Amino acid sequence: MHSFNYVRPATVADAVKALSADATLMAGGQTLIPTLKQRLANPAVLVDLSGVAELRGVRKESGALVIGAMTTHAEVAKNADVRASIPALAKLAHGIGDAQVRHRGTIGGSVANNDPAADYPAAVLGLGATIVTNKRQIEADKYFTGMFSTALEPGEIITAIRFPIPEKAGYAKYEQRASRYCLVSVFVSKSGGGWLSGANVRVAVSGAGQAGVFRVPEMEAVLKANFSPEAVRNISAPANGLMSDMHGSAEYRAAMIPVMAERAVASV
Amino acid sequence: MTVQNPQGIGAPVKRREDFRFIKGVGKYTDDINLPNQTYCYILRSSVAHARIRGIDVSAAKAAPGVVAVFTHKDIDESGAGGVPCGWQITSRDGTPMKEPKHPILAAGKVRHVGDPVVAIIAESLNEAKNAADLVQLDLEELPAVVNMKAALSGGASVHDEAPDNQCFDWELGDKAAVDAAFARAAHITKIDLVNNRLVANPIEPRAAIGQYEAGTEDYTLYTTSQNPHVIRLLMGAFVLNIPEHKLRVYAPDVGGGFGAKIYHYAEEALVTWAAKRVGRPVKWTAERSEAFLSDAHGRDHVTHAEMAFDAEGRAIALRADTLANMGAYLSTFAPCIPTWLHGTLLAGQYRTPAIYTNVKAVFTNTVPVDAYRGAGRPEATYILERLMSKAAQELGLGQDEIRRRNFIQPDQFPYQTPVAVVYDTGDYEAALNKALEIADYANFPARKAASRARGKLRGVGFSSYIEACGIAPSSLVGALGARAGLYEAATIRVNPTGSVSVLTGSHSHGQGHETTFAQVVADKLGIDIGQIEIVHGDTAKIPFGMGTYGSRSLAVGGSAIVKALDKVIEKGRKIAAHLLEASEEDIAFENGAYTVKGTDKKKAFGEVSLAAYVPHKYPIETLEPGLEETAFYDPKNFTYPSGTYICEVEIDARTGQVEVVSMACADDFGNVVNPMIVEGQVHGGLAQGIGQALLENAVYDDNGQLLTGSYMDYCMPRADDVPSFTVETLPGTPCTHNPLGVKGCGEAGAIGAPPAVINAVVDALKEFGVNHIDMPATPEKVWRAMNSGFRQAAE
Repeated sequence: MHSFNYVRPATVADAVKALSADATLMAGGQTLIPTLKQRLANPAVLVDLSGVAELRGVRKESGALVIGAMTTHAEVAKNADVRASIPALAKLAHGIGDAQVRHRGTIGGSVANNDPAADYPAAVLGLGATIVTNKRQIEADKYFTGMFSTALEPGEIITAIRFPIPEKAGYAKYEQRASRYCLVSVFVSKSGGGWLSGANVRVAVSGAGQAGVFRVPEMEAVLKANFSPEAVRNISAPANGLMSDMHGSAEYRAAMIPVMAERAVASV
Repeated sequence: MTVQNPQGIGAPVKRREDFRFIKGVGKYTDDINLPNQTYCYILRSSVAHARIRGIDVSAAKAAPGVVAVFTHKDIDESGAGGVPCGWQITSRDGTPMKEPKHPILAAGKVRHVGDPVVAIIAESLNEAKNAADLVQLDLEELPAVVNMKAALSGGASVHDEAPDNQCFDWELGDKAAVDAAFARAAHITKIDLVNNRLVANPIEPRAAIGQYEAGTEDYTLYTTSQNPHVIRLLMGAFVLNIPEHKLRVYAPDVGGGFGAKIYHYAEEALVTWAAKRVGRPVKWTAERSEAFLSDAHGRDHVTHAEMAFDAEGRAIALRADTLANMGAYLSTFAPCIPTWLHGTLLAGQYRTPAIYTNVKAVFTNTVPVDAYRGAGRPEATYILERLMSKAAQELGLGQDEIRRRNFIQPDQFPYQTPVAVVYDTGDYEAALNKALEIADYANFPARKAASRARGKLRGVGFSSYIEACGIAPSSLVGALGARAGLYEAATIRVNPTGSVSVLTGSHSHGQGHETTFAQVVADKLGIDIGQIEIVHGDTAKIPFGMGTYGSRSLAVGGSAIVKALDKVIEKGRKIAAHLLEASEEDIAFENGAYTVKGTDKKKAFGEVSLAAYVPHKYPIETLEPGLEETAFYDPKNFTYPSGTYICEVEIDARTGQVEVVSMACADDFGNVVNPMIVEGQVHGGLAQGIGQALLENAVYDDNGQLLTGSYMDYCMPRADDVPSFTVETLPGTPCTHNPLGVKGCGEAGAIGAPPAVINAVVDALKEFGVNHIDMPATPEKVWRAMNSGFRQAAE
């Protein structure tokens, strides 16, 4: 890799101070380190967030789980509150990469990177989570702005993700066999359900969209009326706007969206 | 009475070498660091085909830490040659194959992505890489040829020496007899097959360290090789003009080879040559992405084949036309893989009386292709076993029944096939019957129904493979174009106190030789396995060797050990006779002791060895002191392991995802030295065979860029991709022509599994009218096959 200066701040405030124009933040490093080793990234300063204790851990607030940005996938997967409140999220975290990746990779790093084939964006959008940064709070619907692109501004650091606890949620992942990233993954959730508002249903798809994670309103509408696997079985998804590569054509990915949606609902 | 040695032949002794591998204290080439060593980084072509207009290395040479920068010009001026090919094929018109130059660093043109162009040698790897960024390569890009059919029909020429990109056009068999049989056939089964290109991916990437001693003019090459003596011969004699006595090649612990580490690679010559130029050791270690672009790939055949049957479902003729990709240059053994290791196996286990095959080898702008676990035999088996199962489907016969009707019968051995080779022994029906039993084939319909109830399509596939191991004898392979002999050497050095050092020309890179070979010695000498050391991999220690590939180590290398042991035992008998004051004829050797027959007089093996080295009371007039014997063993024939594999798959009817749910294997490996290691070898081969059938595929785009250049896209089989295997080694039919009666087991799984898996996938999909699917059977391919079946049914 190219040489760079390395800093490891202990607080978010110090991390922000260290973030100059040519600095790069590192969370778990599961994408950045390979990129550095391939000499595809050339930062002048690497700001390693692993020493910022305040970014780590899961806490339960009223009706929500707040997961610190530097919490690893393994910690999310085994956390008792996550498993009790949103088991689908624990399952998702447990299915990321392999054991080594899960013990280094973090939720904040994944959400900041917004890889179109990553798992977490499906949960963040599918649960209507809020991205908490050092500057503001961003709704999931306004956060993901395209492939590897987010609403984060320069100097902005994700500190936590706040997940509202749903009534039910499910996740089904179709893995790309080589990378074990998502080829087509669907996260579904149902919350609310008051007699006035009706249920709030979200269906989010990762791995398939050219612009990253996206919602499927047609599926949300039918599930709102009838939250059952059969309800989404025949809701087809269009192939345009979907990725096409040797692991799956856009047509195939489109055909797998209802299959995975059905399985996600069935897993609830 | 012979007491069975609990560490001897037939015992499942735990692998002795695993202690150091599991504890991480093995010593691999990259673990070796020499004083004052430099680091080599190789700048490789990022385009598939281009003319080199110029290379400006001036800025790189001036970069911090740079010791030297070399291009083809430097190598050429030194008089060094190119990388040689070890096998010459003759085309059917009698002309020799086209054998273009294979320079160590690209000369004039680059011919594949990954072709080495500039070597940068620096104080650190990072400084070498920084300097590589400063090299100015002036390339004039040329159209690339990737597809073999396009390469043969007017595509750009990879080499001026082969303007039509054809390396050779080879044939084997009686074409007239085949044509005549087809003319009277009751049924003809036809198939078009792709045998997908694979990347071996041993866990340890290749590495090489060159060292030169100015005082003695001795060179040492440390390298990740399966056959260090062959590298010494090829590199010394053909590339760098270093005589054998001035060149030591040492392949220490090697982390897997699978064929990819057989060959002499440019990097080995480069670091050895550069070590003298810079006067310091030069170390190069491949990164994984570099391995994808520089290790020889495997397979990559496109075949059309037809099989003619009589009215009773008996094969009367076979013809197969194959295009075999050689890649951009001829790797060491590339030409023999699709020819003599492929065409000769097209009889399989069957009596097919007439066989003809034509193989055209093609140059393309891709990484060179050479042997990969199985090497030619998986391709032949895939053709035959797909044909057999397809014919069964067409003729309404069971997959077992059609095979049974065609098997060579036990009383027909030795069996002369119509494709040159003679099988010494076998019992194919025994393996089929055993496979049917352990697969619980009788209850397949019930399992299929149960799968369907869970939304899964279940299929069963058969594969009755044969392979040829221990490629031999030297006189035959010489006549077939090999530029080397194919024997093996062994020295048994009995040390004075009775411990034994075995110097073997075989090379272990995962096979477990340190255990298996020691068992053979323990068995023959009746001594404890802890008294035996297996030494391999170092040309400075071992008399000679042809290395390990083609499942030859035990059948050929083990036989050399037995021959040397026989000499040791005979010499010991003379010494013992003297010590025991008896005649040689009256001396028996068993359980580690020489005895006088019919008496209780005896001398332990250690006492005899001590006498050999301390010859106070010794027949010194007639016998030299010492107890060390060397043997070279040149086999009389190949060995022919065989077996039947039955695979069951479940297919997710909605996604097309294939899961291998069972794999039942009945193998005949002849005699078995260590059944646990044999089973492990079969497991590994099965994983790679399932990998080829379902997961692995090296994919190039039309510009010659390797799209599957990392594990993100190239899918290696993992533990959860394979089922728990049911493997049973039959008592078998011992090989008739080697002293151990062994055949070889290293490649069987990779040979037998792919057609078994694909036959099962096709069987599961037959209700959709599917009669073939190419490897790898990815979910989308299967899904499309099902969907087109649905559409056809609807229409």
